[in-house]
Amino acid sequence: MAELGFKPVLLWSDALVFMLVIVLTIFFYRLRNDPQTRERWSQVFSSRLGMVAFTVIMTYVGVALLDSMHFRKALPSPAGVDTDEVFYDNKVTSVLDVMLDGMGDRFERTYSAPFALKSFEKSNIKDDQGNMVRDFDWLMHAGQHLADPSDKWLDVAQLSAIALAWGLAASALVVGLQWLLLRGSVYPWYASWAVQAGIICFMVWLVYVSHYYHVLGTDQGGADVAFQSIKGIRTGVLLGTLSTLVMLPIAVTLGVSAGYFKGWVDDVVQYLYTTLSSIPGILLIAASVLLFQVYIDLNPDYFSIGMEKADARFIALCFILGLTSWSSLCRLIRAETLKISQLGYVQAAHAFGVSHSRILGRHILPNVVHIILITFVLDFSALVLAEAVLSYIGVGIDPSMGSWGNMINGARSELSREPAVWWTLTGAFFFMFLLVLAANLFSDLVRDAFDPRVSGGRHS
Amino acid sequence: MTVNTDIRLQVRDLKVELVETGEQILKGISLELRAGKIFALVGESGSGKSVTSLAAMRLLPDALQITSGAVVVDGQDLFDLPEAKMQDVRGRRVAMIFQNAMSALNPVQTVGQQVAETLRLHTPLRGDKLRQRVVQLFTEVGIPDPDSRFSFFPHQLSGGQQQRIMIAMALACEPDILIADEPTTALDVTVQEQVLKLIRDLTRSRQLAVLLITHDMGVVRNTADEVAVMYRGEIIEREGVDEFFHNPKQEYSRRLIDALPDLTKFQSMAVEEPLLQLQDVKVYFPIRKGVLQRVVDYTRAVDGVSLSIGRGETYALVGESGSGKSTLGRAILNLEQISGGQIHFKGDAIGALARREMLPYRKLIQVIFQNPFSSMNPRLTVGEIIAEGMVSLGMGLSEQEQQDRIGQLLDRVQLRREYSQRYPHEFSGGQLQRIAIARALAVEPELIICDEPTSALDVSIRAEVLGLLQELQREFGVSYLFITHDLSIVPSLAHHVGVMQAGKLVEQGSAEQILTAPRHPYTQALLNSVPRLDPA
Repeated sequence: MAELGFKPVLLWSDALVFMLVIVLTIFFYRLRNDPQTRERWSQVFSSRLGMVAFTVIMTYVGVALLDSMHFRKALPSPAGVDTDEVFYDNKVTSVLDVMLDGMGDRFERTYSAPFALKSFEKSNIKDDQGNMVRDFDWLMHAGQHLADPSDKWLDVAQLSAIALAWGLAASALVVGLQWLLLRGSVYPWYASWAVQAGIICFMVWLVYVSHYYHVLGTDQGGADVAFQSIKGIRTGVLLGTLSTLVMLPIAVTLGVSAGYFKGWVDDVVQYLYTTLSSIPGILLIAASVLLFQVYIDLNPDYFSIGMEKADARFIALCFILGLTSWSSLCRLIRAETLKISQLGYVQAAHAFGVSHSRILGRHILPNVVHIILITFVLDFSALVLAEAVLSYIGVGIDPSMGSWGNMINGARSELSREPAVWWTLTGAFFFMFLLVLAANLFSDLVRDAFDPRVSGGRHS
Repeated sequence: MTVNTDIRLQVRDLKVELVETGEQILKGISLELRAGKIFALVGESGSGKSVTSLAAMRLLPDALQITSGAVVVDGQDLFDLPEAKMQDVRGRRVAMIFQNAMSALNPVQTVGQQVAETLRLHTPLRGDKLRQRVVQLFTEVGIPDPDSRFSFFPHQLSGGQQQRIMIAMALACEPDILIADEPTTALDVTVQEQVLKLIRDLTRSRQLAVLLITHDMGVVRNTADEVAVMYRGEIIEREGVDEFFHNPKQEYSRRLIDALPDLTKFQSMAVEEPLLQLQDVKVYFPIRKGVLQRVVDYTRAVDGVSLSIGRGETYALVGESGSGKSTLGRAILNLEQISGGQIHFKGDAIGALARREMLPYRKLIQVIFQNPFSSMNPRLTVGEIIAEGMVSLGMGLSEQEQQDRIGQLLDRVQLRREYSQRYPHEFSGGQLQRIAIARALAVEPELIICDEPTSALDVSIRAEVLGLLQELQREFGVSYLFITHDLSIVPSLAHHVGVMQAGKLVEQGSAEQILTAPRHPYTQALLNSVPRLDPA
């Protein structure tokens, strides 16, 4: 392992998310065979809006996946110790961190405004004569290369031009390759390519300019806000998907069995979800998270690095969110199953002596898939927002893990000071807004294509 | 005003097309409605009957547009009027009634209020006078005890009475033209006859000009003065009603007329070898109340039915909706638990078998449902649908044999073999019902329960499906329990007939006996309401 220079780290959430990717790939690969499903998806993708929203979502997912490949760097052997043993950094790094080229390593002392050269707060510094004065200190990682601070904006423009040229070159490469493969396609790929080019240019620009300035300033701890916002992507995306995935099996199993078997099964399931939905959700979630936090604090031995602790809490939150939010989907599926099990084909299957499991798998489940799919995409954005709310009241993500909720939580005090620190909130808001907007637009299109009540009229 | 030839509404060369594709839906329709006369527009679903009436009233959905033609009322072309004036024409001059009265009435308002509302909009009547007028209208449309019915909610009335309320509402503003779009299709036959009689009487007494849209030739025969047959957006034949039924000129019209029952020919009796015997079968559904869900009473869906079906024989179970005939069919299939009595199939008691024990009999008793669209899983191909029974009942066929068998079955029901790769939504109702028949035949059953297999189909297709069923009976010697509300298909099909009312079998016997000499008053009422070609 020594020659690798790093040691891979597989956090629980990483394992789950990669498993999820594999399962989804298989699922969609198999769906490909069903012409009806294919037709509906092609309806989603033949609109430009669908393509754009999908590209944005895939970018977020891609960033989240890159940020889920974790490793610990090898440290150089300490001087004077002669051993073959390799020591690894206690800090976990992700592939994304590497790609952002050290953006997260450029700390300042505390707040600084976007593109500022000096700190936002005064501190005691020595002037040229060696006297202590109280003034705004120069930043450590901004504008070091400038001979004259007044050239700043000209320099920014020059850097941007260079970055843009690189960005355009990179996007030409990426889009060009796709163009070669997909130019005959009936789908409006050009919409996706435009967005891809935009995203690539933006990222190249951000990484390049970040070497010289803090594009979105720094937060209270002096960390780069742009970097923090990007790190929030993994948290948001994973929370949205993992909680939905915890919720789905519960909702589907209970809903389908209640609607199909009726009788006492139905009674039990209904009792469960009426009880659950009569407990205030936030209270239940807060209580569960706090309970788990106590467990983590009491068993520090289970977690070898700090990141694992934060990760455990994150997974717990996903499970808790999933476990508390299945009732509405369950109700929908139960109703749909009740309806379907009265239809001719299920009756005919009974008359053919088809077993319960086969009826459920062949006749009922495929016909409630559209509800599951619609709920999945609709709930996704709601869960991302829920994370922000939970972090805001202090029961959400561990503060050591970048998350938009924590950033918004911090903005509470930042906005109330004069002059206000507006950039952390802006950063979190911008990234979250883009994801939730794309998810909502996409879910609208998916619903239009899959919901028989909406699309039913088309065939008649 | 010369009453009988007075033209109230004239449609001239009306053309309508689909906005999106430019496909012609109506290809130049012309007709005239005369005072005191009923003009019937007949045709199968999709022939453009309803589009004609909606276009005339300028109520077309956005996807359709009128490209040419004129609708003239009192010398005024309706297509030239502004929308505000048009509102006045609908309602005041021209009234419309639709198929489904329940969905046209507001469920949270009393029926009296709803009729009064229309009057308030168009007349100066208020207060007591308004109420009196409504009660008077209720009396006119034959609602019993109209004064107290004023404060009833729609769900408290029967389907027939709801349709009467709709008619009262339509007549409230004294229109002189009435457009009735399938006004009786959702009603039971006995009720249907009463509503048609009401429309007929009102036409005479009020000198209405009526456009009656229907797919039912029996309705036309008994009600209309003039008939126009629509086929694919064109009127292919137009004639006085007597002339039309005696000398149809078009082949298509003849097929529509032939779908009417002929009460002179019956099935000859088959050999009596009992296949299925029911003795005093009861199906009760418990009514539960309270927190503990205690059973307080039972709904007696099937209340002591005994009958016997022979091998190769067709037994028609006739009754109106809610009489328990479908529940009985489900009980025979063991999809519903019986609460009492015995079901014997080939001498074995099958009434109380568990799911697993029932399996050997599943192969022998099959079912065809009413709605072909909901009886196929939309996510399976036709081949998979037909194969389902063969797979689950373990016919022990190899993949190749199975494919061959599916091909043969499709051949047998006159569909093409390559259809097995297609999905249900690519087929029409008649084709789907053939697939349903193929699915039932796949496991070589001895008894097929046909639950209203043709009531969702158009008349000309209905005849084809019934013909196919009979052919298959001769070929395979299969028996049918034919559940239907439509007495008119019975004579050509059934050997035995049983009439059900409120869960009880009120009369049974050979088809000839029931149809020519019914003894029970309910059977007589049912029979009277069946439209006939030649009421002697």
